[in-house]
Amino acid sequence: MIGLNHYLILGSMLFAISVVGIFLNRKNIIIILMAIELMLLAVNMNFIAFARYMDDMAGQVFVFFILTVAAAESAIGLAILVVLFRNLRSINVDGLNRLKG
Amino acid sequence: MEFTGYVFYIFSAILLLASLRVITASNPIHAALALVLAFFTAAGLWMLLEAEFLAITLVLVYIGAVLVLFLFVVMMLDINLEEIRKGFWGYLPAGALVGGLMVVEMFMVLGGKDFGLAEPVAHAADYSNTKELGRLLYTEYVYPFELAAVLLLVAMVAAIALTHRKRGDTKPLNPAEQVKVKKADRLRMVNLKPQKPEAPKGDDE
Repeated sequence: MIGLNHYLILGSMLFAISVVGIFLNRKNIIIILMAIELMLLAVNMNFIAFARYMDDMAGQVFVFFILTVAAAESAIGLAILVVLFRNLRSINVDGLNRLKG
Repeated sequence: MEFTGYVFYIFSAILLLASLRVITASNPIHAALALVLAFFTAAGLWMLLEAEFLAITLVLVYIGAVLVLFLFVVMMLDINLEEIRKGFWGYLPAGALVGGLMVVEMFMVLGGKDFGLAEPVAHAADYSNTKELGRLLYTEYVYPFELAAVLLLVAMVAAIALTHRKRGDTKPLNPAEQVKVKKADRLRMVNLKPQKPEAPKGDDE
């Protein structure tokens, strides 16, 4: 029987893969955004597993809201990316030093 | 092992391989397509967890809208891949160390335990996941639900405002000006005296 911990370990593996992805692609904003989507997927997987095994629908409601926020986040992130590309002619993160912060 | 066990392990393997492909693909389009596969497989796992509505939402909203948006943006931009891939594998040791540590730690915490939640509760045959979720969303969570709607509206306005640009090289028409125009604005009467054409003179004479 597949237990709760199987899903939790799968979620943590997915999360670790996306962390490694952010390390590897630290110059490519598009892949960084995709890795963030994968992280949110890992978190959602944990929420749904707990909702199933604790028989509590609140977890699924929370996943619903996370999906909403993630969609908004990726839409704005991609819009920023398009504006960045229009100004810099590249999506290299190293070019993002205009603010000199 | 039951059938669901095989399904879980096969889907997990596909999910992990697809996400590895996402982070290592040299072409961003391949990464986006692998992300589609990862999300689709995750939707299958959610089905296994009896979250049917969210699984379908993941396929329709996430794969259908967000990932297609990713694909559009990737195809629209002309990316110089050689420059971006420079030093790609150089970051692997640090990344693999952090990721491996995270997995090992989580395995030590979670492995072999069931938190007193060994068996999921079996539902009746007429149990509807969508109905339950809808009932919760429209009663207990109705204010967060409205806030989520406002958030989506704000995100849409923000995305359009960010990417909208005024182009200088277009010549738009102004209908109000066109309607208001008078005859005197466009037409000028000139009194020309009749003239005789001059006699042609050229080389042929």
